[in-house]
Amino acid sequence: MSINNRTSFAHRGLLWVEGALNRVFGNSLNPMYHLGALGFYFFWVVAISGAYIYAFYKTGIELSHPSVEYFTNEQWYLGGIMRSVHRYASDALVLVMFLHLLREYILGRYRGARWFAWVTGVILIWMILTAGINGYWMVWDQLAQFTVVTTVEWFDWLPIFSEPMARTFITYEALNDRFFTLISFAHVTVPLLILFMLWVHIMRISYPVVNPRKRLAIGMLLTLLALSLIVPVQSQGLADMSVEPRVLQIDWFYLWVYPLLGVWSAGQVWALVFGITLLLCVLPWLPARNKQIPVAEVSLKDCSGCGLCVADCPYEAVVMRPRSDGLNFPEEAVVVPDRCVSCGICVGACPSSNPFRGDDQYISGIEMPSLPMSALRAAVTKDLSTLEGDLRVMVFGCDNAANIEVLRSKSIAVLSLPCIAMLPPSLAEYALREGGVDGVLITGCREGDCFHRLGVSWVTERLAAEREPRLRSRVQRERVGECWASSLDNHELAVALNSFRASLSKLPKVR
Amino acid sequence: MTKPVQYMGQGLFYALFAVTIGYFSSFPEYTNLSADETLIKLSFSHAGQLKEACRERTPEEIAQLPMYQRKSTTICPSRERADVVVELEMDGVQLYHVIMKPNGFARSGTSNIYRRIPLKAGVHTLKARLRDHAAGEDFNYVHEETVDLAPGRIMVIDFHAATGGFIFKNKNTSLKKNNIS
Repeated sequence: MSINNRTSFAHRGLLWVEGALNRVFGNSLNPMYHLGALGFYFFWVVAISGAYIYAFYKTGIELSHPSVEYFTNEQWYLGGIMRSVHRYASDALVLVMFLHLLREYILGRYRGARWFAWVTGVILIWMILTAGINGYWMVWDQLAQFTVVTTVEWFDWLPIFSEPMARTFITYEALNDRFFTLISFAHVTVPLLILFMLWVHIMRISYPVVNPRKRLAIGMLLTLLALSLIVPVQSQGLADMSVEPRVLQIDWFYLWVYPLLGVWSAGQVWALVFGITLLLCVLPWLPARNKQIPVAEVSLKDCSGCGLCVADCPYEAVVMRPRSDGLNFPEEAVVVPDRCVSCGICVGACPSSNPFRGDDQYISGIEMPSLPMSALRAAVTKDLSTLEGDLRVMVFGCDNAANIEVLRSKSIAVLSLPCIAMLPPSLAEYALREGGVDGVLITGCREGDCFHRLGVSWVTERLAAEREPRLRSRVQRERVGECWASSLDNHELAVALNSFRASLSKLPKVR
Repeated sequence: MTKPVQYMGQGLFYALFAVTIGYFSSFPEYTNLSADETLIKLSFSHAGQLKEACRERTPEEIAQLPMYQRKSTTICPSRERADVVVELEMDGVQLYHVIMKPNGFARSGTSNIYRRIPLKAGVHTLKARLRDHAAGEDFNYVHEETVDLAPGRIMVIDFHAATGGFIFKNKNTSLKKNNIS
């Protein structure tokens, strides 16, 4: 069953918002399509601005707050702006991180082989929040005092400390300079660990996008700078251990847990934090509505070891290994089942997925066991043989995009695939030459938003003869249409099909 | 969509992004303590007395020991310490009562406490009591003091047996003091 028949309300809402942003930004600059990359970008903005203000930061009870006040007020034109950018970029990082999490959840991109990125992402959430909270302590203002004391009170609930840590902060005399050395060391160490974890987070995907488009990056930076100039960040008065901070301006992106600790007990908040973390971590293994189809399999005797499947796999699920069957090729493709999401992109990339091959039961070098290429060819042949009338069109679509079944008619045949990049260009050519259709319309997810990350890009490049396997030049390009439409864009797809057929009517008849 | 409309839309998006970041970076404000409240932190670490009293070895017992063990003449049947019981009263009303177990597997360590007690600011008579023995129900440390607690002020109630027991730190004004130990 295809996902486009079961889109949830949240999914429809997300597609609507992204559609609106597509109209404003264009697909290539849509911020919703770059949430992960924007996260990386804000991390670097935080790191660079932080490195500057860190140079002026002094560690000590008497030194920390004055040093922060110095670069905030005396050097407002650079240090102050850098501090504000540091703070606002940190907030933006949390915002895009949670949007990224929410988006991947709504799209269902956390199950199966994607569990690795999902779970490492959950770990990153807590690491980033920890680094941010740690940063607030360095200012040593009343907000720092409140968050430090509340944190140690919260941790004291755990039965692992012989003496309450909170006693360290009970009076000014109990505190010493080493605390500031510790937190300033942690504020460098934790971000370094975050950077390492970010690398782990993306290590199982091919061609990870870690930089947003230039125009988007500039737009975001200018926004942060403007905000820093209009509302520069200020401290909230020197910490005083003899006075309890009363009313505080809380950064809700990082410090939301503290007001909660004022309402709930420490144990309840621990239960909430552990509960959320546990739920997020087990989410990939909870029962799914749609089972993943069996993963790709290599047919060694049909594999020439060309490596095209490896180049196109978005999940590093196919690797090249030295030949094991004695055939005269240096390497062979091997599927890593734990990483395969059954998208079929490797099948579309395989040169042997060629429907012009003579054998009725031909096998490609790499196949989806539940959707073998010979069966797809047979299905296309059968469907095309039943078409009637003028302007016959074969529509190839994607299970995760617009519903192409509604387009089926006497003169329109359809075939939906797990990802449109499972379509070898030769199958489109086959429909034109052997099936006698007037045109082939290829449709899949919106540009920049392929469910399987790279499918739309690969198909576009294959059709433009910029990527192997290419659509052969003998194919009349005007007879191959493209329309990139999500499950919310069924109407747009129908309009595109009509428009495509109108353009076909101007071409010479094929029959 | 025309280019100018697209640029306006992009500007609107960035403005919304900035407003979201700018607002939730500081607002809504959080009230940690009401304007008329003050805070008492009851916090100390104290080792209760041993549950079973130690005794001196008899000369016969000492004579049975090897020479190198004879320096120690005291013998304690158990390392276990008594629970420390603390009570705090304000204006004759009990605010707090806690029985603190000693730390350690052998219950031979200190008993620790850290509690935040928010209350209305103003003049209050506070009475702190502590029992660190298992011999009876009487409190062997009692401290009573009438203090004027200013709003937002953190008064710390500490305890040092060596200096006589409870110490009220960071009180605004002490109006009357009564120490019994």
